[in-house]
Amino acid sequence: MGLFTELKDSISRVTDRLFSEQEPKRIGIYGPPNAGKTTLANRIARDWTGDAIGAESHIPHETRRARRKEDVEIERNGKSVTIDIVDTPGVTTKVDYEEFTDEMEEDDAIRRSREATEGVAEAMHWLREDVDGVIYVLDSAEDPITQVNTMLIGIIESRDLPVLIFANKIDLDESSVKRIEDAFPQHKTVPLSAKEGENMDEVYENIAEYFG
Amino acid sequence: MPKATNTDDPDAPDGVQIDLISGERMDGMATMEKIRMILDGVHDGNIVILEEGLTPDEESRLIEVTMAEISPDEFNGIEIETYPKSDTRDSSLLGRIMGGDESEAKLTVIGPANQIETLHKDETLISALVSRD
Repeated sequence: MGLFTELKDSISRVTDRLFSEQEPKRIGIYGPPNAGKTTLANRIARDWTGDAIGAESHIPHETRRARRKEDVEIERNGKSVTIDIVDTPGVTTKVDYEEFTDEMEEDDAIRRSREATEGVAEAMHWLREDVDGVIYVLDSAEDPITQVNTMLIGIIESRDLPVLIFANKIDLDESSVKRIEDAFPQHKTVPLSAKEGENMDEVYENIAEYFG
Repeated sequence: MPKATNTDDPDAPDGVQIDLISGERMDGMATMEKIRMILDGVHDGNIVILEEGLTPDEESRLIEVTMAEISPDEFNGIEIETYPKSDTRDSSLLGRIMGGDESEAKLTVIGPANQIETLHKDETLISALVSRD
């Protein structure tokens, strides 16, 4: 990208944010498949609006369409922020329908894999065009240094989007928040268990402070 | 670019073709030309190594186009590896202006998802196993 194009884009993004101060910010929930993105999105939506966003499953690629929950108002310690939560499909560079055939018929597995590929493309499009900030969700029981994580964090940084890293699944024995902090020391990492509701106070404090 | 080996061709050499593509060759190409070149090579079963990698925006579009081309029993997608970003690298706008794009250049390995498996990866080493399908 040329210097002037980059400067123009950065100035444009800053002025867009200044002039749209009153509009709810669209915060994309990103991460690899099965990190707990929808569980987190549902936890936030239920806590602040009473409604859920989407179905959760242990089978990867349960979320195959980006879903938006509008006007979620989060208040903590005198700070308040109104956001639209965009729950996105898990990002990957490969989808093999045979991964699903233990759980479902072949036709359903093929359909699921096709929808999953469309969902990943949709998530990338949202990231390039339509989100104002990112919550990046990682399974803290898994190695965070993967190509998808490296690339996505790089893409988010290149667009100058504010990002919080959520180290999810701290209720698991194998969980290591430090491994995530060490992998991405340039960003704030917040530990939590979206499933068990652990450390949600710190989650909301950070959302209100960081995106407010 | 020479035509890549077709792995379905019974007369094709028994091995894995590796294309090492210089930064100079990529310099004059548009984003979609780069992506097409990479995916055409990967569809033919080749391992593509880019001397200077792709920009984050190009990586994002590569994922999108790869997803559009995945087809059951034919193409499962790609495995792609680059070194993780160093925390000492200056990623601020000013840093990028002062340092130029060169600081972002990083060797990148791309191959068919069913033929390349990453064994180990850290900030200074990528170890991968390549099989012939």
